[in-house]
Amino acid sequence: MSEAQIKILEEQFEARIARDEKIEPKDWMPEKYRKTHIRQMSQHAHSEIIGMLPEGNWISRAPSLRRKVALLAKVQDEGGHGLYLYSATETLGITRDEMFEQLHTGKAKYSSIFNYPTVSWADMGAIGWLVDGAAIINQVPLCSTSFGPYARAMVRVCKEESFHQRQGYEIMVKLAGGAPEQKAMAQDALNRWWWPALMMLGPTDAESVHTAQSMKWKLKRKTNDELRQQFIDQTVPQAELIGLTIPDEDLKWNESKKSYDFGEIDWDEFWQVVKGHGPCNKERMSARINAWENGQWVRDAAMKHAEKEQDRKEKQAV
Amino acid sequence: MKKEWPLWEIFVRSKNGLEHRHFGSLHAADAEMALENARDVYTRRKEGVSIWVVESKNITATNPDNNGELFEPAQDKVYRHPTFYELPDEVKYM
Repeated sequence: MSEAQIKILEEQFEARIARDEKIEPKDWMPEKYRKTHIRQMSQHAHSEIIGMLPEGNWISRAPSLRRKVALLAKVQDEGGHGLYLYSATETLGITRDEMFEQLHTGKAKYSSIFNYPTVSWADMGAIGWLVDGAAIINQVPLCSTSFGPYARAMVRVCKEESFHQRQGYEIMVKLAGGAPEQKAMAQDALNRWWWPALMMLGPTDAESVHTAQSMKWKLKRKTNDELRQQFIDQTVPQAELIGLTIPDEDLKWNESKKSYDFGEIDWDEFWQVVKGHGPCNKERMSARINAWENGQWVRDAAMKHAEKEQDRKEKQAV
Repeated sequence: MKKEWPLWEIFVRSKNGLEHRHFGSLHAADAEMALENARDVYTRRKEGVSIWVVESKNITATNPDNNGELFEPAQDKVYRHPTFYELPDEVKYM
């Protein structure tokens, strides 16, 4: 195809998206659209899969059966979300093994938030409340994104995510209303997770390189800073309601803009963690790679079994 | 031996009386495992009462490049719709 022809196709393609038409896997699409979607969707899937690790840590130590079934179900959902997203990404022509390869070699990223440790039970509350809360704000606009398989996967994900946040907040409500030690645990978890949760909404608009293109393709509906403001405005009253304090001395209601002013985010910390120097980057990757490599013989055996069964059936048919 | 499990398309009937609908896809070594995985991946919250699995390579699909010749002719066949026909205002039950 000549460059002029591609240009025409690209214009038609952009017009389709502008008309709110969905793009399906076999439709013609610009190479950049395909690559951007493979990158964002696979990183989203990786985040779900790595996101199981910090919480998996606490399943066997949940304080009650009620908490244990909820946490198990949440972690299982995250595995499910990873699987929806991986198969949606495969429709763009990348294999599952290639995506795992990119994750394991560090070529593909996952959400930095999962590189922080979960040191107390209250972290299960803070993660559900804040991390899933921020994730919901990021994800809801994706339910109407332009790539059909991504949008459909996100509808399913968002439906399930709301329970994640509520079970987390319930943990915080109980701890904050409990003994002084329990309340201190909840406050400590909030102190440690607040700033990383704000960073989850992405670099400030001035630093964000993909925003304009992503807006056009409906991978984004609002800028990172707008989403962050929305998250802060809805979360602060939830903390106040249960008597916890947001760890930000500069946080103040601004009557004229009807939202909160807040303190400076430590972006150096953010970039350090992105680059692999967070508290748990190595631990997360080695847990993931070990699980994959130690499971190889199981996957091989299942494949061999399936082939043998197939052979046996064919022989019987003769 | 490194061999990726094949890909399966998953169809779920959400309740009796409705058709099976495409829900997504997943990898499994064989059909039986595909059913078991589909149950865990796509029906954790009573989303279905019946599951079909089809190995993806067995599905033949139309090519969107041919959409014009395949589907556009229907656009100028408005006479296939009841509103194409003019009736006197007085007529009832039609």
